[in-house]
Amino acid sequence: MDIQLKRGLLDVCVLAAIKNEDSYGYKIIKDMKPFIELSESTLYTILKRLELAGMLTVRNAEHGGRLRKYYRITDTGRNRIEEFKADWKEILSIYQFVMKEDDGCDKG
Amino acid sequence: MTKVKFLMLLHERLAGLPLDEVEERLSFYSEMIDDRMEEGLSEEEAVAAIGTVDEIVVQIIADIPLTKIAMDKCKPKRRLRAGEILLLALGSPVWLSLLVAAVAVVFSLYISAWAVIASVWAVFVSLVGCAVGCIVGGIGFTVLDHALTGLAVIAAGLVCGGLAVFTFLGCRAVTKGVLILTKKTVLWMKKSFAKREGTV
Repeated sequence: MDIQLKRGLLDVCVLAAIKNEDSYGYKIIKDMKPFIELSESTLYTILKRLELAGMLTVRNAEHGGRLRKYYRITDTGRNRIEEFKADWKEILSIYQFVMKEDDGCDKG
Repeated sequence: MTKVKFLMLLHERLAGLPLDEVEERLSFYSEMIDDRMEEGLSEEEAVAAIGTVDEIVVQIIADIPLTKIAMDKCKPKRRLRAGEILLLALGSPVWLSLLVAAVAVVFSLYISAWAVIASVWAVFVSLVGCAVGCIVGGIGFTVLDHALTGLAVIAAGLVCGGLAVFTFLGCRAVTKGVLILTKKTVLWMKKSFAKREGTV
């Protein structure tokens, strides 16, 4: 897959993983696992990028005698998800057109 | 491998990189290991699930911008004494000119790489220009009753067009090659920064 496209998709996936409630690194990986495998290093890079872009905020909270980082989506992050949904409709219609053309060729 | 050993090994391998970046990442991995252990994995299993130290080091080095590493290197690690400041000031004609020369070399290499890309694309654009110009001019000659000259010019235009197609493929390959080479050089520079202090 194209690197830029994959990067954009992963950003939205991580935002989607925290859109309903604050979450932490390992939970994000677990929640995404049925859909996409993500390594810790990759997740760190994405979280950092999203934080710098103002799409999420980070806070430390005490958990079991240690500190854990929790990530919260911002309005900019939510807007990014909405943009993605709008873009995706367009991409989906292009995909359907490509598939239809392929079927036409196969039959021909 | 235990969590402490894993984190120490990672710290050692990243010793030459900005301390704040390294510490933040170590605490991220530490949290990940703790969360896995909390879920019932043994310490060894939790560490193994994170990945190998080699893989993580490569990704971290690739992630941190070269400019940040270079700026971190220039920053003194402790407060300088008066004598050291004096020495720096006295030696500035030497070290400052060497530093400027080093920056100029890196900058010129970067500009040269882009100059190569720009020049090959300029060849492509000029060939396309020749092709279009010759074909239009050839048609003009033909219309003006110089059919033979017109055909010769159109033929030259077609040759330029054909060459442009081949040049396009070459330009794409050269651009890709230069970009990959630049990326590898930057990665090599970062790795050598990390290694130099890691081995001390």
